[in-house]
Amino acid sequence: MIRVNNISKSYKDVQALQRISFEVQEGELFGLIGPDGAGKTTLMRILMTLLLPDEGQAAMHGLDVVRDYKEIRQLVGYMPGRFSLYQDLSVEENLAFFATVFGTSIEENYALIKDIYQQIEPFKKRLAGKLSGGMKQKLALSCALIHKPKILVLDEPTTGVDAVSRKEFWDMLKKLQTQGITILVSTPYMDEAGLCDRVALMQKGEILRIDPPEQIVANYTRTLLAARSTEMHRLILDLREWDSIDTAYAFGQFAHVTPKKEGLTAYELERYLKTKNHQQLQVHQIAPGIEDVFMALIVGNEE
Amino acid sequence: MKRFWGFVKKEFFHIFRDVRTMIILFGIPIAQLMLFGTVITNEIKDAHLAIYDQSKDEVTQEITAKLLSSGYFILDQYLESTEDVEAIFRKGKVKEVLVFEPNFAQTLEKEGKANVQVIADASDPNMGKLLASYTSGIINDYILKEMGELALPMQLEPEVRMFYNEGLRSVYMFVPGIMAMILMLISAMMTSISITREKELGTMEILLVSPLRPVQIILGKVAPYLALSIINALVILLIGHWVFGVPIAGSWVLLMAESILFILMALCLGILISTVSKNQMVAMFISMIALMLPTILLSGFIFPIENMPVPLQIISHLMPPRWFIVILKNVMLKGTGFLYVWKETLILLGMAVVFTAIAVRKFKMRLE
Repeated sequence: MIRVNNISKSYKDVQALQRISFEVQEGELFGLIGPDGAGKTTLMRILMTLLLPDEGQAAMHGLDVVRDYKEIRQLVGYMPGRFSLYQDLSVEENLAFFATVFGTSIEENYALIKDIYQQIEPFKKRLAGKLSGGMKQKLALSCALIHKPKILVLDEPTTGVDAVSRKEFWDMLKKLQTQGITILVSTPYMDEAGLCDRVALMQKGEILRIDPPEQIVANYTRTLLAARSTEMHRLILDLREWDSIDTAYAFGQFAHVTPKKEGLTAYELERYLKTKNHQQLQVHQIAPGIEDVFMALIVGNEE
Repeated sequence: MKRFWGFVKKEFFHIFRDVRTMIILFGIPIAQLMLFGTVITNEIKDAHLAIYDQSKDEVTQEITAKLLSSGYFILDQYLESTEDVEAIFRKGKVKEVLVFEPNFAQTLEKEGKANVQVIADASDPNMGKLLASYTSGIINDYILKEMGELALPMQLEPEVRMFYNEGLRSVYMFVPGIMAMILMLISAMMTSISITREKELGTMEILLVSPLRPVQIILGKVAPYLALSIINALVILLIGHWVFGVPIAGSWVLLMAESILFILMALCLGILISTVSKNQMVAMFISMIALMLPTILLSGFIFPIENMPVPLQIISHLMPPRWFIVILKNVMLKGTGFLYVWKETLILLGMAVVFTAIAVRKFKMRLE
């Protein structure tokens, strides 16, 4: 459904994308995961025909993003990273406007947006600028869906949205997927990666790996330990000082530790930390999450 | 077509919901017209006059009465010595002092001539000149009428008439100028701002990925402002005509048709500005600096083009308002028909076509 082949793009002094290639199957929920500046937005804009790639080709539904941009614009729904609706128009007026622009009407495609739109319908007379973050996203999604697109491209749709709304939003995406819509979504949140069918981990304009989220985790074979004490900052500094340790990062309440040699046990680590006078130590081995894999990949890539 | 109307409707929502836009659209034109029409004027009215009359006879009193009843002057005070002259100018209120020599009437009768000195405050040179010439005009007039039997030596008397503006009222000149300026400002600035606002807020990104064609976006932006500017033009003409008494000698239809052409040209210019500016600030800046000032300074609105240095005269040819003001003055004051303004009309039309062509070409289908 989406085919990207060796796409490169650079701005004045920044290489935003370096020979990116991947494919998204029909009906797939595909995630682009990576920190700010990884090139996710640039890639999406190229696919949305808003930017021209320096090199390479890309096709949406078999249509070339440079040559057939007019056709593509008809069949793709797009939600940019920033809230891009008219703040001085009401919920209903926004939706009606985008429906007319795409040559359809709210009634015609109401079935598709019903689940989402119903949640904001009580506020349909309210100006879009006065909605909460979660409601804005729902409205933006409704507007992007109003013309029944075959492909949906969402640029960081959950950034700046509260946790409950985020979960609701992903539930909506899952539902849309069952209706046969191919979805390409980007996010800086690693926990959302697990909700995609497949994810591409991006960093500095390159794709580090493309796999289903389970696979990405399963392929990660290194030992991972978690540790905590009363003084987390000093704990991490101490860990990084020890030459048996490769990396140590703070992950919520714990520090995730990757040892240099495989087989370093929780017991050995605890013993080392005790010599450094840490109180209330908790150390245990853990299964890696997608975040751990990503951190390891980034470190590997930088070296 | 339905898409286009949907777009126009949305534009009207933007305009009517934004107080600032409404003020710029309707408040400012009327305020400016009232200001320029009433405050800025180079006519003389009620200028303060002081008189040092060393003679105090019936002739000097008659002349004084004549001056004061003309409506141009009001008497501030009588002075008692020449020293007072400078002192009273320093205070600033009195703009002119009239000094009659002693025994004015007697000298006049005996020798056939008498001296009266007119001292004007030339810190505002135009005003000083005007005052002096008005005064001498009134005095000469008096002498001629009253002392006809004096058998003055042979003299030529030019009979002056100011065609098309007999009273030399400056508002006749200002109304066309203001109209050009306001239409230019509103049409060009408002369209350029409303397009760049979409860029700034990110909504342009969505419009671009929609099936709307650039022409539809551009026309959709232009249409509401065209309608509102036509209303504005009509309001300005009505106020000019009914409040300031500017004659509209020619046909209203021709006047409105020319105004619509000028508005269209300005709208195209606005779109052109929007294609080269990144955000609203830049658009506003370009509109203000590149349109407002030249419109005021180089269009012949305030300063006559004939008196400018040659390079500026050449640049003034590029100023659309210059041609529009010529058309307006011809149709409004002289009552000429289309045959007398077709050249200017053609120039405006040409400018509109060129601006549109560039704007459509430069309008980007993509973000870069």
